[in-house]
Amino acid sequence: MFDNLSDRLTRATKNLTGRGRLSEANIKDTLRQVRLALLEADVALPVVKSFVERIRERAIGEEVGKSLTPGQALVKIIHGELVSLLGSATVDLDLRAQPPVVIMLVGLQGAGKTTTAAKLALRLIKKESRRVMMVSVDVHRPAAILQLETLAREVGALYCSSNASEAPTTIVAHALDESRRSHADVLIVDTAGRLHVDEDMMDEVQAVHSAATPHETLFVIDSMAGQDAVNSARAFGERLPLTGIVLTKADGDAKGGVALSAREVTGKPIRFLGVGEKIDALEVFHPDRMASRILGMGDVLSLVEEIEEKVDKAQADKLAKKISKGRGFDLSDLKDQLEQMMNMGGMAAMLEKLPLPGKINAAALKSKTDEKQLQRQIAIINSMTAGERRFPKTINGSRKRRIAGGCGMQIQDVNRLLKQHLQMEKMMKKMARGGMKKMLRGMSPGGMPPGLG
Amino acid sequence: MQRVKCRRLLNSELDVFAVFKKKETITTESGGGFFKRLRRRLNSGNSWLTYDLANLAPGGRIDDEVLDDLESRLVMADVGVDSTERIISALHKQLARRELKDVAALHSGLRQIMLAMLEPVERNLQPVSEGGPFVILMIGVNGAGKTTTIGKLARRFMNDGHSVMLAAGDTFRAAAVEQLQAWGERNGVPVVAQQQGADPAAVIFDAYESARARGIDILLADTAGRLQNQQGLMDELAKIKRVVSRQNPAAPQEVMLVLDAGLGQNALQQAEKFNAALGVTGITVTKLDGTAKGGVLLALADKLGLPVRFIGIGEAADDLQPFRASEYVDALLGTDSDD
Repeated sequence: MFDNLSDRLTRATKNLTGRGRLSEANIKDTLRQVRLALLEADVALPVVKSFVERIRERAIGEEVGKSLTPGQALVKIIHGELVSLLGSATVDLDLRAQPPVVIMLVGLQGAGKTTTAAKLALRLIKKESRRVMMVSVDVHRPAAILQLETLAREVGALYCSSNASEAPTTIVAHALDESRRSHADVLIVDTAGRLHVDEDMMDEVQAVHSAATPHETLFVIDSMAGQDAVNSARAFGERLPLTGIVLTKADGDAKGGVALSAREVTGKPIRFLGVGEKIDALEVFHPDRMASRILGMGDVLSLVEEIEEKVDKAQADKLAKKISKGRGFDLSDLKDQLEQMMNMGGMAAMLEKLPLPGKINAAALKSKTDEKQLQRQIAIINSMTAGERRFPKTINGSRKRRIAGGCGMQIQDVNRLLKQHLQMEKMMKKMARGGMKKMLRGMSPGGMPPGLG
Repeated sequence: MQRVKCRRLLNSELDVFAVFKKKETITTESGGGFFKRLRRRLNSGNSWLTYDLANLAPGGRIDDEVLDDLESRLVMADVGVDSTERIISALHKQLARRELKDVAALHSGLRQIMLAMLEPVERNLQPVSEGGPFVILMIGVNGAGKTTTIGKLARRFMNDGHSVMLAAGDTFRAAAVEQLQAWGERNGVPVVAQQQGADPAAVIFDAYESARARGIDILLADTAGRLQNQQGLMDELAKIKRVVSRQNPAAPQEVMLVLDAGLGQNALQQAEKFNAALGVTGITVTKLDGTAKGGVLLALADKLGLPVRFIGIGEAADDLQPFRASEYVDALLGTDSDD
């Protein structure tokens, strides 16, 4: 969902990487990019302004001077601000109260309250083995009550029947009674969608709230919502003591800036993401992970951990020694490397964790570098004799034909692998001469992710 | 057509008062009523464009700062970064030419630019049933307001003297069929439905057959809400369209995308992807009665130019009205239409 935002931000901060020093002028340009990126992502303007202002204040301080590169410093600051904006820890539903614990869902029309109610119920039943009862106080939309009843049956929750001719508060009182009688742990109250400027309806929801005295009042909001989301979030926040936010339809391609706006305006944590049509498509919200994803920093840390875990230390040392001596990087070394890549789940898994610059399409790369390819390359090497592996230059046309036959591939594939090896060998030689740093510098700017550069 | 005219005549002869009533609603429509409500609602938010343009420029002088402020306001109305930049740069040019002497000049300059963007998309729907019912396929994301819009459109078309039938094509969401049936009952309109989980294409096919047999003028077909990036569900829509057009190559005559005015820039992606998948012929914007300004309409008109058919500003049936660019712009700008 947040991919577009991270694309933009990556590009914005990329302009800074490679610059010698962070000047007031070039930070201004980058901050403008950040501002546009956030606006494009539908983050509300006042939120954007205060956010950018905070970054500016922190950036034009000492913090930049201390750090390695200006770009990294800025990314770090933005990340820090994002985490503090989104909250640093996941906040679970608080169900520690005398049962029935009431959870109430409120929001605009079409935000996805009823669907969320069902998903929430299923989650509580399946994951926490609670006895859940559901009730709808939506007496306005035709067939809303029936919708909840159908969903309650589907997820296996108890259902307290209500009637569109009753007053919402009466329904709530009845539902509380009913849930006590049937020993329900949790009562989920689904309310009608309403506009925050509709005074009568806002009075109604307040009345329902005071009748139900919910332990959790969740504001449900559409992740595709625009600038106006702050107004509705604020209005609901002023009328009701909200305890959290649920962001729905997060499986769409919206940029989801509303997550930032709603969090900032209400000051309440985002609890869940609705991520699909299926009844179990509800995810717990992890603010820190989301902040990293928004920034496109990828999961560099966990990638490093993973590599350390899975790469065979002894093999790596052997290779390092070979390289440092400037001796050949032969085909059996290439095979070792390919096998290790397979171990790590192939290129695709690695690429996903890396913050690639905006233009590179991860999906396109994925299709080119899938695991099958690795398998095939390994098969080609497996069809070679030990001598051929050590001295690739000896592989002539007739040998190529034999190798291709042996692994069931075309001669062109063998050629491609040999060429690939040749290139890597060249790179290794360079590395042996100039060390790692020189090679990195030789790569195109932006070729290395900011986290590693 | 003949049939429609007859019915209209019949109605007016039978109920003299209805004529008066109708006249009344017509005057409120084109005159103050709808426009005033639209204006009131668009300006109900605490800060909007020219909520006071004069406030923007206290000294009455227009300079870059005023335009910057205006830029923020446009962005806050979901006009989007690109379209906002286009509007503002056009104003900058006018400023450079010294055409923006005072607030009034800025006002009319802004109005001209917005009108130029929106007028091309003001193309209202003229349902004509020839060789079968006029089919309107309603599509959109979840919670856009498709079913509610169908209810209001049915009322509207009936008031215009058309006969209407509804097809309950949302067979996915729980109780969606019942919701449409409730609207049918309310308006006294037949609803063709099958059980939940049925093939929507089959439901709409049945409805088409039934509508043709009964000589119905307009068939309003509901579909389940779907996010535009879900290819399987988009293919399902394409199938519905294919099945309907096998009955009559001209049908569905209207593929209407329903957009929530509260949407941000994702509305563009929605319009683009739904359009690519099955050719959107018209847009209806719902829920303009909040504090959302639906500024994304400007971005949509700017980038895609799809016709905007109706806008909805409230719960009542006659709160859904044909889109008029000048009304909308004037409501946004707070222009008094009476002068």
